[in-house]
Amino acid sequence: MRAARVAWMFFRLGALNELQYRANFFVAAFQSMLSVGVAIVVLKLIYSHTAELNGWSEAELLCVMGIQILLGGVIHAAIQPNMERLVEEVRDGKLDHALTKPEDSQVLVSVRDVRIWRAVEVISGAAVLGVGVARLDTEIGLGDAASFGGLLLVGAVLLYCFWLILATGVFWIVHMWFLADLFEGVYQTGRFPIGIYPSWLRYSLTYLIPIGFAITVPAEAVTSRLGWTTPVGMLAFAVALFAFTRWFWFFGLRRYSGASA
Amino acid sequence: MSTVEPLARQNPLRAMADFYLTTIRTQLQTQFQYRAATYMYLIGMVAEPVIYLVVWTTIAEQNGGSVQGISTGQFAAYYIVWTLVRNMNIVFTPYGWEWRIRDGELSAALLRPLHPIHYDIAQFAGGKVIWVALYLPIAAGLTLVFDPVFTATALEVVVFLIAIWGAYLIRTMLLWLLGMVTFWTTRGSAIFETYIMAELLLSGRLVPLELMPGWAQTLSDYLPFQWAFYFPIQTLVGDLSAGELVGGLGMQALWTAVGAFLVWVCFRASVKKYTAVGN
Repeated sequence: MRAARVAWMFFRLGALNELQYRANFFVAAFQSMLSVGVAIVVLKLIYSHTAELNGWSEAELLCVMGIQILLGGVIHAAIQPNMERLVEEVRDGKLDHALTKPEDSQVLVSVRDVRIWRAVEVISGAAVLGVGVARLDTEIGLGDAASFGGLLLVGAVLLYCFWLILATGVFWIVHMWFLADLFEGVYQTGRFPIGIYPSWLRYSLTYLIPIGFAITVPAEAVTSRLGWTTPVGMLAFAVALFAFTRWFWFFGLRRYSGASA
Repeated sequence: MSTVEPLARQNPLRAMADFYLTTIRTQLQTQFQYRAATYMYLIGMVAEPVIYLVVWTTIAEQNGGSVQGISTGQFAAYYIVWTLVRNMNIVFTPYGWEWRIRDGELSAALLRPLHPIHYDIAQFAGGKVIWVALYLPIAAGLTLVFDPVFTATALEVVVFLIAIWGAYLIRTMLLWLLGMVTFWTTRGSAIFETYIMAELLLSGRLVPLELMPGWAQTLSDYLPFQWAFYFPIQTLVGDLSAGELVGGLGMQALWTAVGAFLVWVCFRASVKKYTAVGN
């Protein structure tokens, strides 16, 4: 609970800070519009050459893209800024400022920054998802909707863990300028249901890089493709990955020597 | 006592060549130190074409082996060469200009006798050598996994080797022009993103241009984008005649010249807006 209170405090502070720069809202909204535009163009291109992509109809793929944009918004607003700051501070030896505070270091490094305007992407992603769902042939039951909500949350946790594992690498490889590019590149694989990828890539996208789980599984819930085994498996995997992430964070932290003092 | 005239005045051309060679050599050594980082970056980069490739291969297989006459093997060849071309045409990002201005980096660059673009061209050119060398194993891996169909003649290979440098120069000019927006506004990102989207759709980066609707292909004929993506890829993958190959190189030269002229004009105007921040 203490962690949640700290997170909420930082979130409010960060949001207030960002709210001063209102024009940035329009920039973020415009950029989000562009990325939705690209997604739609890609979709139209694909379905002008085929009626379905590996069993996914146009409306269903629209749902996948909506979820990908939505979760991307969560990452850009709340996760990535913290991770980039962490990497920068380790390199500059400024992480001492966070470590000397009487609070859990993993919580602190994960909640310090928020780019509230990027959350616009959550809204535009939800809108895309909404249009996709409205065009589906099947009705969505209450059960599907509930499991979708839950799975989306688990998906966000998985993506957070993945980012933190990557960022923790900074304790070994100090020069991590490539991190945002690497994540962004790999994250784009989530635009499509993982079923279309060849098996070696599919397994690595699911387990090594949990993007498959994070995006495709919630999309499967919305499009009523899901039994009960996958959600349970996903939850178990999330718990395991979170535990590993926490261990890995403290393991990496031991290598930190600080440079500012 | 006689003073020795500086090399730049004795023989400007040799001085310039000297400058380029030295910068490239330094950059080779610098980049070689960060092999792990470069690999990570390359993996992020390779994800993009792999996605496109998988999607279009899936569609081709559903349609009985090809989309508009492009077979799965040709798609594989297109996107594998794509990665090499992309490797070459990554240049200094327009987002970096914010840092250049805010940290006062540019102040130092302005004090030097050469136009700052020469430093970028030479530095990135040096980096490319290492990048491409490190990238080749990845290309080999992709070739094993995706089974591309290649039929390149010696002439095509030669033109390709020139065209990737043409692509590099065109994109350097374009992104420099874009970066200079930063002198005028601190919110250039909206403009950068618009550019990147237009380029994505009209350059052959997203899909081979012949899969785009007719009007988009016509539009791209009037824009420089395809000469930094589609054309260099096609030299190796497509079936261009000797005339088309040489003509393409000519178009690259033309767009590089147009870009260089615009950079020259715009930089003079922009630098007047520059007030140094930082050291």
